[in-house]
Amino acid sequence: MRNVYLRLYVRYVAASVRAQLQYRASFFMMTLGQFLAIAIEFAGIQALFDRFGTMRGWSLPEVALLYGMANTAFALADMFGRGFDQFGTMVRSGDFDRLLLRPLPTAFQLLAQDLVLMRLGRILCGLLALSWAMGQLAITTDAAKIVLLLFSLLGGACVFFGLFVLQAASCFRTIETLEIWSTVTYGGVEAAQFPMPLYRSWMRDLFTFIVPLACLNYLPASVLLNRSADLGVPPILAWTCPIIGFVFLAISLRVWSFGERHYLSTGS
Amino acid sequence: MTGLWPYFALFSARFRTLIQYREAAIAGMATQLFWGLIKIMILEGFYHGTTRTPPMSLAQAVTYTWLGQAFLAMLPFTANPDPDVRNMIRTGAVAYELARPIDLYSLWLSRQFAARTAPTLLRCVPIFLIAVPFLGMGLPPTLASGAAFVVSLAGALWLVCSFMTIITISLLWTISGDGIARLVPSVTLLLSGLIIPLPLFPPALQTFLKWQPFSGVADSPFRLYFGHLPPEALGGVLLHQLAWSLVFVLIGRLLLRRGLRLLTVQGG
Repeated sequence: MRNVYLRLYVRYVAASVRAQLQYRASFFMMTLGQFLAIAIEFAGIQALFDRFGTMRGWSLPEVALLYGMANTAFALADMFGRGFDQFGTMVRSGDFDRLLLRPLPTAFQLLAQDLVLMRLGRILCGLLALSWAMGQLAITTDAAKIVLLLFSLLGGACVFFGLFVLQAASCFRTIETLEIWSTVTYGGVEAAQFPMPLYRSWMRDLFTFIVPLACLNYLPASVLLNRSADLGVPPILAWTCPIIGFVFLAISLRVWSFGERHYLSTGS
Repeated sequence: MTGLWPYFALFSARFRTLIQYREAAIAGMATQLFWGLIKIMILEGFYHGTTRTPPMSLAQAVTYTWLGQAFLAMLPFTANPDPDVRNMIRTGAVAYELARPIDLYSLWLSRQFAARTAPTLLRCVPIFLIAVPFLGMGLPPTLASGAAFVVSLAGALWLVCSFMTIITISLLWTISGDGIARLVPSVTLLLSGLIIPLPLFPPALQTFLKWQPFSGVADSPFRLYFGHLPPEALGGVLLHQLAWSLVFVLIGRLLLRRGLRLLTVQGG
């Protein structure tokens, strides 16, 4: 059964990829654009460090680590989760009804619908920042830390993916994608690029307990940077908290199937 | 004077269409407030930890950030130059545009004016109403500063619209639509001061940043607002804005003429 899903997924995605590569020049420009958008923001951060020297005791490579982690995780989720991100239009036009007719879970169909290749630009930029930071900070020598980093990236991608799923699930009620979701998706990646102590407590709490991005970014990064002493949580928690990302995604998918059961078509 | 009225009619029709989306504007405003708060907390992180004297105070940087949020819809920020024109070029409906007995360049320029002013009017007033009393946004120190800001804003509008019309015209070359259009915003964002205020960039870059066209889009008007540039600097700012607008108009007209020669109308 699993195998069937995998084969179907590959077929779906292959079609999507072929379509994206039709206009090749445009595709490369868009990928480059994704890369630039993130690189340029990083240039801004670098300019700020140049001007101010330090950010509350954090150095540029340390912030680059957070920056790379946040952007890689977000771009991964964005690459696979496009179907959920665009779900509002589907509900409004009634196209979602077609998905309901097919003998496959809707969440699977939305996942398979699109694989946004140009996000590779953003992923590349995130990985570059990450590897530069790791080189500067000499993290690469410790295998346990590398595993923690990989899990944090995956878990982070799960949180962002979960947010896209929740956003789509909310469309069952609101019929359109509310821009307000971008505060936690795009706002989330923006906020996660910097150390959490920077923010007022309400925002810190939001990104720790409600949208658990801090658990996949700031907390594990503090371990990687040997800063876990200033965290005020036991180190074991910082080591294991990436699991929360997977839990968050599981809960989001539950909410999705709940919303789907209560779906009323807009008709057309 | 009567020659202008079709463009005005088009402007007002587009304006009235765009002003319909009040709910989208409210959701968008909440998002922008949140976004502004994140940016400000990041700036605070830099300002509070430093021993160096930055070229603008934290209060000024905060006001700068809120102005950026208030006028975001006016700035060349959206990846979408003009979704309608893009569709026209895709579907071939652009042929109708060509059939109109008016100048196509001015037509597309008027569309830009509508697209930049309507959402801005909706969004900027509430941001002022909330950010000035509650979120640390300052008011102009003198009436002269305020007046200089308003006048320079008109110059900025010209600059933005003439520039964005070039981007619209570039769609004639990339049929699938958004190659260049995706590359441009990240560069213009950085150069107009929306990523970080231009004065905070390294001193070595300041001369370049001052002369390049996009300082006239946001940075100069904002600095006039809070007196970082004295009101007497208005003349220079306007001259800079108008000179670059002129260059953009010339480039736009030239490109349009070449583009139309190459244009193959698709569809039937």
